[in-house]
Amino acid sequence: MLLELEDVRAFYGPVQVLDGVSLTVPEGGAVGILGANGAGKTTTLRSISGTVRATGKITFEGRSIRGLKPEKVASLGIAHVPEGRGTLGDLTVRENLRVGAYLRKDHKAVARDIDYCLDLFPQLQDRIRSNASALSGGEQQMLAVGRAIMAAPRLMLLDEASLGLAPGTAKTVYEAIGRLRRESGIAMVVVEQNANLAFTLVDSATVLETGRNALSGSTAELKGMDEIRRAYLGG
Amino acid sequence: MGTFIQLVVDGLSTGSIYAALALAIVLVNQATGLVNFAQGGMAVLSAYIAWWLTGLGVPLILAILITVVVSFVLGAVIERYLMRRFERGDPDTAVVVTIGLLTLITGLCGWLWTYNNQQFASLFSLNTIQFAGASISVRSLGTIVVIVVMMVLLQALFLGTKLGLALRAVAVNPQSASFSGLPVGRLLMVGWGLAAVLGAVAGALVAPQLSLTPGMMDTALVYALAAVILGGISSPIGVVVAAWLIGVLENLAAVYVPFIGYDLKVAVPFLLIFVVLIVRPQGLFGRKSVVRV
Repeated sequence: MLLELEDVRAFYGPVQVLDGVSLTVPEGGAVGILGANGAGKTTTLRSISGTVRATGKITFEGRSIRGLKPEKVASLGIAHVPEGRGTLGDLTVRENLRVGAYLRKDHKAVARDIDYCLDLFPQLQDRIRSNASALSGGEQQMLAVGRAIMAAPRLMLLDEASLGLAPGTAKTVYEAIGRLRRESGIAMVVVEQNANLAFTLVDSATVLETGRNALSGSTAELKGMDEIRRAYLGG
Repeated sequence: MGTFIQLVVDGLSTGSIYAALALAIVLVNQATGLVNFAQGGMAVLSAYIAWWLTGLGVPLILAILITVVVSFVLGAVIERYLMRRFERGDPDTAVVVTIGLLTLITGLCGWLWTYNNQQFASLFSLNTIQFAGASISVRSLGTIVVIVVMMVLLQALFLGTKLGLALRAVAVNPQSASFSGLPVGRLLMVGWGLAAVLGAVAGALVAPQLSLTPGMMDTALVYALAAVILGGISSPIGVVVAAWLIGVLENLAAVYVPFIGYDLKVAVPFLLIFVVLIVRPQGLFGRKSVVRV
């Protein structure tokens, strides 16, 4: 397994948010995390990237990454695209992409990956010299994913890539991420409120409720369940 | 004509001192997102360290070089052990901490070395060159050259190097930057260290002209902040040009506008600030910072 979480509990100060979450992501696989607001989806990603205090087992390629600093986790090949996108507003689009490649020394491959990002998200091409803060919400989301691509990761953590986007834009973003997945083989953990969108991308998913796994299964299994249909797929 | 040139060159020279401090403020702001009011105090401390070393018999140029290294370490240590505690919180709190730091360092210098004026040898010769009826001191020219070099280096650092890009990224959003593997803590320390080095250079340039006292930089800090607002906090070239503008206009106004004279010349930069803030709030050279809500 590329990523394994077992019985993970996480805390903001004294407040416990995760109460025993488990998750496995195979090499090149894509796993969704669904659930309502406050169920612990974002916190699960944060416990992986090292931005929240957690207990339990968190391993990446067989070695424990629990308690590592975020920059150390990133250096192992995990790229976190945070909720709210985290684009660097005062930097240009190109500079944001270059920051993504901060740890890489292979200049030629970096230049090639910048071209790849611009091919994947053609809108960014026209805005390459603009400050990221001047981009639309959809463009910022594309840039956030682009910055993660630039790190040449093994695993990408995507947090609500559709948040605040018009349905058409969200679909465009997910289609591009789907193409990225097919072409790069990067494994993904996809947090999403919109289960329909998530199911276009992931092979399997887990549903969180109040910090625990409520149920898990393959995309096909979950789509067939009445409770999932009622709660997340709009009837 | 001679008087005019004289006033301009002298203005550029005093402006250069404001510029050195303003560059340090820009550096910390670009690297941490804060305005460091203790920058003047840190510069004075550096000047005292250099002065203390020359008192031990260390040659001036070597004393300044040692001070530059010590200042870098000092700046990094202040970031690591003091500012680090406030960086995740409200930025206003961190700014107030830097004001407290200014008071602390000024008091520390006074306690260690008294509040009396100390003579600080000049790095440049005091000879003058005659040019078009004006006598221009080598020191003025030297000060101007040092500032230009520092400005170019800083601009190149921010816009032309990976380190500069990383420093700016961390200032904008430290957590998001860490997701790309940027060593946030170390970059913040480097930012503060480099700013302290700029402060040390400013201190070494000012001390011979004003003579060394713990409050030596207080006035310069006010002018430096004026230059930062005027030039735009994101632009090293902008703040240097603004600092020169302030130095020159202040000198010219004092002589050519009888109403202002030497007593009111301190008001000149602030009038300039009012005008600039109304017409161009991002500063003359600054980039507009847009936040989407």
